Amino acid sequence: MSKAFSAIGEERDVERDEFTPGVEPQPTWCPGCGDFGVLKALKGAMAELGKDPEEILLCTGIGCSGKLNSYFDSYGFHTIHGRSLPVARASKLANHDLEVVAAGGDGDGYGIGGNHFMHTARENHDLTYIVFNNEIFGLTKGQTSPTSPKGHKSKTQPHGVAKDPLRPLSMSLSAGASYIARTAAVNPNQAQEILVEAMEHDGFAHVDFLTQCPTWNKDAKQYVPYVDVQESDDYDFDVSDRREASEMMYETEDALHEGTVLTGRYYKQEGRNSYQQEKQARGDMPEEPLAGAYFDDDKEWERSYEFIDRHK
Amino acid sequence: MTDDELIWRVAGGSGDGIDSTSQNFAKALMRSGLDVFTHRHYPSRIRGGHTYVEIRAKDGNVTSRGDGYNFLLALGDSFARNPTDDAVYGDEEVKPLTENLDDLREGGIIVYDEGLLDEDDVEGLDERAEENGWHVYPLDLRGIAKEHGREVMRNTAGVGATAALTDMDLDHIEDLMSDAMGGEVLEQNLEVLHDAYDQVNEMEFSHDLRVPEGEHDEEQVLVSGSHGIAYAAIDAGCRFIAGYPMTPWTDVYTIMTSLLPDMGGISEQVEDEIAAAALAVGASHAGVKAMSGSSGGGFALMSEPLGLAEMTETPLVLLEAMRAGPSTGMPTKPEQADLEHILYTSQGDSHRVAFGPSDPKECYEQTRTAFEIAWEYQIPSIVVYDQKLSGEYRNVDASFFDREPNPTLGSTLTEDELAEAPHDDTGKFHRFQQETDNGVSPRSIPGQKGGRYLASGNEHWPNGHIAEDPDNRQMQVDRRIQKLESIRTDLDERDQQVVYGDEDADFGLVVWGSQQGTVEEAVNRLNANGNSVKALGVSDLSPFPVEEVSAFVDSVDEALVVEMSATKQFRGLIQKEAGTFGGKLSSLLKYNGNPFEPAEIVEAVEIEQNGGDEQPTAQTTLEPAAGD
Repeated sequence: MSKAFSAIGEERDVERDEFTPGVEPQPTWCPGCGDFGVLKALKGAMAELGKDPEEILLCTGIGCSGKLNSYFDSYGFHTIHGRSLPVARASKLANHDLEVVAAGGDGDGYGIGGNHFMHTARENHDLTYIVFNNEIFGLTKGQTSPTSPKGHKSKTQPHGVAKDPLRPLSMSLSAGASYIARTAAVNPNQAQEILVEAMEHDGFAHVDFLTQCPTWNKDAKQYVPYVDVQESDDYDFDVSDRREASEMMYETEDALHEGTVLTGRYYKQEGRNSYQQEKQARGDMPEEPLAGAYFDDDKEWERSYEFIDRHK
Repeated sequence: MTDDELIWRVAGGSGDGIDSTSQNFAKALMRSGLDVFTHRHYPSRIRGGHTYVEIRAKDGNVTSRGDGYNFLLALGDSFARNPTDDAVYGDEEVKPLTENLDDLREGGIIVYDEGLLDEDDVEGLDERAEENGWHVYPLDLRGIAKEHGREVMRNTAGVGATAALTDMDLDHIEDLMSDAMGGEVLEQNLEVLHDAYDQVNEMEFSHDLRVPEGEHDEEQVLVSGSHGIAYAAIDAGCRFIAGYPMTPWTDVYTIMTSLLPDMGGISEQVEDEIAAAALAVGASHAGVKAMSGSSGGGFALMSEPLGLAEMTETPLVLLEAMRAGPSTGMPTKPEQADLEHILYTSQGDSHRVAFGPSDPKECYEQTRTAFEIAWEYQIPSIVVYDQKLSGEYRNVDASFFDREPNPTLGSTLTEDELAEAPHDDTGKFHRFQQETDNGVSPRSIPGQKGGRYLASGNEHWPNGHIAEDPDNRQMQVDRRIQKLESIRTDLDERDQQVVYGDEDADFGLVVWGSQQGTVEEAVNRLNANGNSVKALGVSDLSPFPVEEVSAFVDSVDEALVVEMSATKQFRGLIQKEAGTFGGKLSSLLKYNGNPFEPAEIVEAVEIEQNGGDEQPTAQTTLEPAAGD
């Protein structure tokens, strides 16, 4: 069966350049865009993990973030606005040997795709979900997003947005994600470390990735001090403790718009089954990747004739 | 309309076991050698309300529910449980009798549960019975049930009484009861059955309706349209289904879910229909035969993933079980008015393949076709049916389902084939070649060596990357459209349209989907009465069988298009696709929530043939032809 997907699990040293498309057009992101940082960290993390480009499926949504898999060489699925997660999780259920990563922006992931985000976190699919959070709609030219600070003015909110920004980390925790971190494009070393952890984590890993938008969001985060909560003595908490993690997230989300940006790991739940493991334990999902069955010449396919007896 | 048939209507409240009782009774009639057809009518509520199931049984092919019925088993108690004193229920408690009498044929039988219904409550029953020659048998079904077991077993008492009144053997009924239950419950039910049978047998009968005799050449099965679709999907190798419950699509969804995990497949209930269809796209992209589906409102949400599947050329099968709309419409009533919705939803020059089967056998055949076409041509296929066909049971030769499974992934490459396939200078696979023989560009699956590409919902280069280059755009669009021409050729060989009736007739009927069987019966009846008509049942909705349909309409002087829609959607489709026939096609429409009955079609054809401009007396509308 392995012949069907021989790119999966091949052990060799993988160079980060292997994830760079050869003669592809240069990224269409603006100079200084935080999205370059995500791309760099992702390539580094995949190389560190030794993943073959052909065993990776990178599913993206729409917007600047959605173009990530145009500049990252692997199998890719550039889906539709907000829908990267349902596509990604079905791909993982269909072939759980694939390394599946989903990515989208704050509008894509927390706005239009918010329902899918909540339910994918709840189900704890073994996926890594990167949300490019630049607090703005970029590709549609600078409208207010779900994470824009209260009072933020844009052409669609000319009097300043009257809503409080969404709290992605707290939302993720209450929805049921089992790994939650925040990192930033201006901090590529930490970003790579966190992405490696997220991909190694056996469950739904949500990475809120702060990216600056030099074109539409002049309050871009590169100008403020970044503090790594794991490196600072001021923030000692247990990432496996739900209550402490929750308090830290709340503080972080409050501080974000007050000039201090805290990044790092906020929550890691050990020992919880991923959705796939839960389904398998219930006999609800095969142990072998389902996609492999179609390439298995020895498989005996059941026929409806076996079920028709009950209708006689 | 003769009484060489039994049309048994069992009426009561939702939740009273009407459905299960009737299914067993239908099976017993089938086992006795008769052809059966069931029709289910139910309200959108969990318990109470007026519901009935009709079973038509006769010796010989039954293709519709028929006109009216000749045996009513009125089980009382159709009001909601635990009614409070000040709740307003109107006359619902006597509905099993009052609601059903209009359709009861002259000389028909009424059995009602006098344990629950007092005849005095039923206004004018005596007079109406006398006028119509009905034979009324009040029986204390509840009392019999209580005596041997529990009150809920009054259904069984009703079946026992029916058997006695129609001179039917209890053997098959007993067998089916033994299959369904055991222990004390079975014993009690058998006692109830026999007691009711014996009590009624001692009575003097005033009617002469008897259950017909028949024989089958081979073993039969009783299946619904939903079973036909689900079994076809399984035989086509579908092992992944994602969905969100919605009436009436839920039937297929639950049948599949009850079977898939034990077969190594996966069923997912997800947050909404956008997710459901997107999951099916994701699973299909990753190499599994997958499907999803919904009914009108849920299918509306699937418009996005449908377009994504087309643009990324991901094989996909979606089901659309139509009900009356717009919006929530009437959840438990059939209509054929989602036709344009399924054909034209999604932005841009989008395309999909669509099939409209007419009975459980066609549900099976065409769902298999839908999978074969979707995986071969990498395009979404939709099977569109309706609430009627979804829950309507018919007997089918058991051997019909004895087919080989077909789990092949169509135009999907193996790694060996991938090594030979075109790649660009960077080693990236040309997944979306611009020019191919039949429009199909073979695909790879994530994890395969040498097959990496980007599947994008944006327009893309052959390697999948986003492109706005005009030449590439045009070639990719042309290639995707070219697939439809290839599919049309493929479907022509399968010849899924059906013509029946008098070959030389000058008057034609055109129909699609669940109304086909009713039209067939009307055609047979018209021709038996000295008329000359023929009919065409269209199954392929997209790409449309223009040549076949045009040849049929050309061969008649005028044609009546029969559909359950107020806006002549199917007639519009024929005219749009054929580019003509404006002056030749008139319409018979019904959109009150109930499917056509054969007599309504007979009546309409007679009006049309006599050149009259009157409207039918029934709840249908005749719309004249427009200018060419």
